Amino acid sequence: MENQEAFDLECTGVSKEFGTVQAVDDVSFNIPSGSFFSILGPSGCGKTTLMRMIAGFENPSAGDIRIKGKSVLNTPPNKRNVKMVFQHLALFPMMNVYENIAYGLKCIGTDKATIEAKVRDVLDRISLPDVAEREIHQLSGGQKQRIAIARCMVLDPDVLLLDEPLGALDLKLREAMKIELKLLQHQFNTTFIYITHDQSEALVMSDHVAIMNEGRFEQIGRPEELYHKPTTAFVAGFVGDSNRWSGKVVALNGDRVQITTDAGQALWCPQRAAAPLSVGQSADVFIRPEFIQAVRKGAQTGAAGQENAIEGRVDSVLFNGANSRVLVRGPSGELIEADVVVTGGTDDLRAGDDVRLDWPVAQSMCFAT
Amino acid sequence: MQSDIKKLSLILLFAPFALWITLLIIIPHMGMVVLSLREKVAPRVYEFGFGNYIDFINEPIYWNTLLRTGSMSILVTFLALIIGFPIAYYIAKIAGKRSRGALFLLCLIPLWVSDLIRAFGWILLLRETGVVSSFLLWTGAVNQPIEFLYNDVTVVVGLVYTVILFMIVPLVSTLDGMDDAMIEAGYNLGGNGLTVLRRIIVPYAMPGIVSGCIVVFMLTAGSYLTPILLGGKNSSWFTEQIYDQFITRFNWESGAAFGFLLLAFTSIVVWLGLRLTGQTLANTVAKQ
Repeated sequence: MENQEAFDLECTGVSKEFGTVQAVDDVSFNIPSGSFFSILGPSGCGKTTLMRMIAGFENPSAGDIRIKGKSVLNTPPNKRNVKMVFQHLALFPMMNVYENIAYGLKCIGTDKATIEAKVRDVLDRISLPDVAEREIHQLSGGQKQRIAIARCMVLDPDVLLLDEPLGALDLKLREAMKIELKLLQHQFNTTFIYITHDQSEALVMSDHVAIMNEGRFEQIGRPEELYHKPTTAFVAGFVGDSNRWSGKVVALNGDRVQITTDAGQALWCPQRAAAPLSVGQSADVFIRPEFIQAVRKGAQTGAAGQENAIEGRVDSVLFNGANSRVLVRGPSGELIEADVVVTGGTDDLRAGDDVRLDWPVAQSMCFAT
Repeated sequence: MQSDIKKLSLILLFAPFALWITLLIIIPHMGMVVLSLREKVAPRVYEFGFGNYIDFINEPIYWNTLLRTGSMSILVTFLALIIGFPIAYYIAKIAGKRSRGALFLLCLIPLWVSDLIRAFGWILLLRETGVVSSFLLWTGAVNQPIEFLYNDVTVVVGLVYTVILFMIVPLVSTLDGMDDAMIEAGYNLGGNGLTVLRRIIVPYAMPGIVSGCIVVFMLTAGSYLTPILLGGKNSSWFTEQIYDQFITRFNWESGAAFGFLLLAFTSIVVWLGLRLTGQTLANTVAKQ
């Protein structure tokens, strides 16, 4: 019983069909109280449908949704203690800030004095104490964002749903809002469910992230787990950047497998304990750019050569401060990305240099296809 | 050079509008003002004075007719709003993308037929030997033919039917601009259907409601055919009085005065309506 109460939201086997389209397919997850949970997936993967079911705007074709341990399947949206921040915020333009925030309280019949106190309190908490009398169109993008959150939080919801609310903001503001949302979540200590297709939003803010694809959850885990230990090829390819080769398993050697790419390059990968690969299977290999070391050919490196190495020629250098990269044309003409440090000195790699790329076996990821 | 062309195109674009306004609106109305302020003292002898307006005040049947026209027009406007709003809401928010166009077209179809023919259509249905009366006789619900024409209810029904489209069109276009998420947000924050309608949908649609009401009210108060044909002699519509003065009595001076009184009266009603709903005329045309 104790265990049951620790979850603010539980979904078991939730499915939704629209005609013949399976929008959400047998999704199950539990969200512990007070955590920041993100659902990350490409557009059209069913994440918005899933959220609309939690909010009550759609009914699941199968499965159960429980909030604080109680099934809400037969509860209409206006009786669920789940509030939602809409993609375009949906602030009411004919009301000012105060009336927007007071709307929900009036709906549940709160008396005037309490409303006044609660609205002032929530405006203080989002650090916008002086905007109560402003009209919505007088607010900046970031302020609207915070008002939309305040309008929900003033009702003390069990779960707050956020449907890509940062999508409409410009880049700088989006970066700032990411941090602010995380801080707000800590401050209110309410469970946030954040829907996005932007992986950096999900990775930066969340305690847990679910990766969704074609109506199914591919993997649920902490951001660093998803990044470093993806369990499916989709997650490996979707979360973060990676270089990808397709090939066939040619040999097994203890906890390692050797894969020959379609271009004939032999690569070593760690064997996957959960779903071991066998000889003859086709597989995809993923390596993140930051694990690939690019060394000018012939240069001596302090570190011993790694087991995995590919030779190529630098096609171009992509300078982006600390995130600079080189694009290397490999033996079969594919472009490989590798992180490099560009100092501006004479040692920097330049287009046309011959290089050797190598990376540790442990950092390769391979998945049967 | 560039600015000259701009200036020229502005003048060319503006000219038809200016001509239309001056020739067809301003000059005739000024003529009417002058006309209405002439008092007939002897055959072909006129004096400046407010006699025509004083006549209007002194004759209760005149201002009674005006008040009656005004109150019935308000009733028609109200009914058109009550009936038109759900239709507009259905077209803009509930109907699918494809059926939306078809439904809108269906609303427009009555306009393809002239006012006169439509009024005769009603007459065919409602007269003593008409479709409705015959049907009731045939079912045995009544034992003698009923005359449905020539009463106020028929006039109101006929007017609502004629003008409701002008209510639906502005309503559909404002409701169409409303983000569905706003209605969902209304529910999500705990509002029930009534609260969402009262606090979110109606306030949002207010510019459309006001502009629809103004158009419908003006059209109704100024209509002539429908009240005359469906209401007969009993309709006592103010436009009938104006027609009477101009054509039957050949008293153009008094007719002009009545025309102005109708314009002033309807303008005051619209102004009052705007004041009561807290809207401005500019609001109904452009959203801030």
